Amino acid sequence: DIDDVGHKYYLELELEDVLDKDRTVSCTAEVLYQLGSKTSAPDVQVTVQGELRSTEEADQEFYNRIRSLEKELVAENIPDSHGNVPPELEPIHLLAWVASGYVIWQNSSENTKFHLAQVKHVKQVKRSDEDLQFDYVVLLHDMVSQEVLPWQVTLLWHPQRGARVSQCHGPGGT
Amino acid sequence: MWLSLGIIFSLGILIPGKFSLKVQYDRDQVLHIMPETLQQVQHLQLLCSTLMLDLWKPLLPEDIRAGEDLHIRVPAPLVQEVKDSLDQFMISYRVLIPDVQKLVDQSMPRERSSHRQVSGGYVYTEYHPMEEIYQWMTQIQKNNSELVTQHFLGKTFENRTMYYLQISQPSNKPKKIIWMDCGIHAREWISPAFCQWFVKEILQNYKNDSNKSRFLQNLDLYVLPVLNIDGYIYSWEEDRLWRKNRSPYENGTCYGTDLNRNFNSSWGSVGVSFNCSSDVFCGLGPESEPETRAVAQFIKSKKSDILCYLTIHSYGQLILTPYGSTNEPPSNNEELMQVAKEAAAALTGKYGTSYRVGSTASILYSNSGSSRDWAHTIGIPLSYTFELRDTGTHGFVLPPDQIQPTCEETMLAVTTIIDYVDKKYFSNGAVVLTSSSLGLSLCLSIVLTWTVS
Repeated sequence: DIDDVGHKYYLELELEDVLDKDRTVSCTAEVLYQLGSKTSAPDVQVTVQGELRSTEEADQEFYNRIRSLEKELVAENIPDSHGNVPPELEPIHLLAWVASGYVIWQNSSENTKFHLAQVKHVKQVKRSDEDLQFDYVVLLHDMVSQEVLPWQVTLLWHPQRGARVSQCHGPGGT
Repeated sequence: MWLSLGIIFSLGILIPGKFSLKVQYDRDQVLHIMPETLQQVQHLQLLCSTLMLDLWKPLLPEDIRAGEDLHIRVPAPLVQEVKDSLDQFMISYRVLIPDVQKLVDQSMPRERSSHRQVSGGYVYTEYHPMEEIYQWMTQIQKNNSELVTQHFLGKTFENRTMYYLQISQPSNKPKKIIWMDCGIHAREWISPAFCQWFVKEILQNYKNDSNKSRFLQNLDLYVLPVLNIDGYIYSWEEDRLWRKNRSPYENGTCYGTDLNRNFNSSWGSVGVSFNCSSDVFCGLGPESEPETRAVAQFIKSKKSDILCYLTIHSYGQLILTPYGSTNEPPSNNEELMQVAKEAAAALTGKYGTSYRVGSTASILYSNSGSSRDWAHTIGIPLSYTFELRDTGTHGFVLPPDQIQPTCEETMLAVTTIIDYVDKKYFSNGAVVLTSSSLGLSLCLSIVLTWTVS
């Protein structure tokens, strides 16, 4: 408890590489939930101890593949009802996780619990600059109310520059 | 359905290549090429015939034309060489398909044969629509008629029949009951999958598994594979993430009550909504829903014989004890927690999956009107809610390759609980001791002390 400021949590975490199950990396984080603030996201500081595996080659391959598509990529229901994700949509799925992570962070308090339930829809938007743009509709499951709510999120990604959310829009407003 | 399975199986035999294709197109690429000059066309014709490349469009080298696009499949080992050659002649190209094998894999029918289990070829490692589950129940009773009977429980709002399966070893002894229901929430598909797996496991193993044959001497197992049938069907046909039943409200503008908020245990007090559009809408009153009433009436009628109530959900990896509506512990909290911890430990022992144990109010959220709380308040001492895999990575949409490990580990937890119930209530007569002489001397000493006193 930090008087007049809020609650700070010190976390020791182990990250597991989803694509390489034997690999784990430790990290520490500090999360500050500000007092009485319903509108601002918690402050998060993360330090990664050790190295994250390089994904340069796979990133570049994915980037080239998407850039070389004749028509913009469009997909829905990832995973499908049975939990399957076609292999070439796996990177799109992983980027949806990143996009959802941002939305969840922006809407978290000490009393919330959200998970990405499914990607309802994703549409690639071709850009004149070098970024890839994906407009997502992601379904977030709210553990407390049990509701599954659609969020629109626009994610920009570049193999060297990484991912960032340029827009997000929840049900009935941001 | 059995006929079509048969056809698929025999097709697999007739076309041996179909299910045993060696990977042939790994990392092969299809290139879209645009030759502009005659010189480029000639070079491409030479390349295709020298390297024997697979022309997709046009089909023959002699049909390659300047200004017309060309599609060629290039085997993986030649990809770089071909691209270098195109660059050398300034021929522009694009990768149309980066890995042909991946595309092939996607379009293949899902292999069912490798996962075939006993019981007439039913595949327990896939999710099944309600029609198939109804057929499965009929088959299970037919194939195991000495042990299994299918019973009418009630009707859903949309007038579908709710059946439970009774697994009961013939005996002249009166038995007590273990009740398990699955699929109270439509989107939690792993739950009905587990109920089906559970039935299959019991029936396949009870003859040669000493634990199962022992507890079946004393206990009947009642399994309701899908409680919320209308909702389950709706999640297959319309909305995969639907949770509630399908009762209409407000003139059909709003649908569904959360059946797990509709039972008569502190109904409507906490963790609910009175708004139909909410996913935790508790209905117009306790037991307002036909599905709730069907289950509640039956359990009430057998109350004195039911020793254990289990209700299976997902996701979260939790074993939850009463209550959800209050932090007041139930009277037998120590026992509930002890047994749950043992069950969780047995589960973790299989694949390392970790489960948390505790009351709903303390580790999840507050709720009222849950079936588990109601079962406990009417006097069923061991009442648990299971939340199966996972913890959010896939959530409700758990891939089918996790059905088997989830069911195997959960089986260990559930049998731990059943074993406990069996030992607790039936340990005087039928106990199997480690040494028969120990048993004999115990009996003798009891008889001796009895006669002496």
